[in-house]
Amino acid sequence: MSWGFLRDLLSGVNKYSTGIGRIWIAIVFIFRLLVYVVAAENVWKYEHDEFECNTKQPGCENVCFDHFFPVSHIRLWALQLIIVSTPSLLVVFHVAYRESREKRHNQKLYSSPGKMDGGLLCAYLVSLVLKAGFEIVFLVLFYKLYNGFRVPRLVKCDMRPCPNAVDCYISKPTEKMIFLYFLVATSGVCIVLNVSELSYLIFKYSIKCYMKTFSEKQQ
Amino acid sequence: MDWGALHAILGGVNKHSTSIGKIWLTVLFVFRVMILVVAAERVWGDEQQDFICNTLQPGCKNVCYDHFFPISHIRLWALQLIFVSTPALLVVMHVAYTRQEKKRHFRNSEKINIEELKNEKIHIQGALWWTYTSSIFFRIVFEAIFMYAFYYMYDGYQMPRLVKCNAWPCPNTVDCFVSRPTEKTTFTIFMLAVSGICILLNLAELCYLVIKVCVRERRKST
Repeated sequence: MSWGFLRDLLSGVNKYSTGIGRIWIAIVFIFRLLVYVVAAENVWKYEHDEFECNTKQPGCENVCFDHFFPVSHIRLWALQLIIVSTPSLLVVFHVAYRESREKRHNQKLYSSPGKMDGGLLCAYLVSLVLKAGFEIVFLVLFYKLYNGFRVPRLVKCDMRPCPNAVDCYISKPTEKMIFLYFLVATSGVCIVLNVSELSYLIFKYSIKCYMKTFSEKQQ
Repeated sequence: MDWGALHAILGGVNKHSTSIGKIWLTVLFVFRVMILVVAAERVWGDEQQDFICNTLQPGCKNVCYDHFFPISHIRLWALQLIFVSTPALLVVMHVAYTRQEKKRHFRNSEKINIEELKNEKIHIQGALWWTYTSSIFFRIVFEAIFMYAFYYMYDGYQMPRLVKCNAWPCPNTVDCFVSRPTEKTTFTIFMLAVSGICILLNLAELCYLVIKVCVRERRKST
């Protein structure tokens, strides 16, 4: 029970998505989830063990590591993946609600419970706004916590019990930086996809609404 | 045999739950079990290895670690998730028992489509209502007990950076440093917040069920 659960959840949403939505799901699976599991996790695996400070003072390394990495990059990445995927559940819940309503009243209330109109369209639009919003929040969080997306090679630490300012060396800084930039790039692409899907849906349904009122007026 | 087994067992509960119950189940698996497995377990993975004491005395580190962490946060969370999920099994057992009774009744009187019986939706009323409500009540009680246990055992929800230990065989009061205290505090607060949300969902479901029954009784009497 781990990332497979998230994958099954998102596959369920695929049925009710637009074309752009399906591209978004594919990008999340391949360029974010898969990259996280097969590559990124291993880069940060021994980050604490390989964090070395130029001192023999016990406890200094622990304290300096905690000071420079309050929450590890890889944990923030995992949280981002989970939280950004969750708004899609709104769509799943809405479709389940429609199907249960049809069953309860024993009649066809919707041409198809998965057709994008009215309530389902609202739920879908809200989920898109939330997805884009959460992506931006996490990018800002990364930026603020680590003063940008750079990973320095050396940090100077003078927290107690370190005797004075001590040099501490981070393991694999360049590799971590590359993966961080990759994360930022894929987040950016996902934000662009969400915003374009939002504009496309709003545009499509405004045109539909306008054509309907125009043809009603003509009659 | 892992968390997937729990998911398989509780999948059956989903069919007979209210909408709030379905949301609770999703929150449980997405924000608690998943976070535990993919993130929290890694944070606490090296907790004893990187627990460092400022002494060369053999055995001092072990004794101090055991004194300050009688049971690890990760293990407590795993227990909490199991205890909190188990009351739902009462509902599954009750539904299975009801179906068994119906099957036996129909076998005695007339033939019936077994598939139809299996997929028939069972409404939450009568004895099932009592079973369902008690399961929600137990869930709330277990959540509260575990939240209090965390608070009592660790003097609050913050993980200290430094603990002072003078348990034998440490020669005198020794400084011991916990690994990743800030990250652990962050995850502890996150799990606490999600437990709180789960308690609220359970309370809302309880109120919904009570109101539903009151409305039904009023309709019957008028």
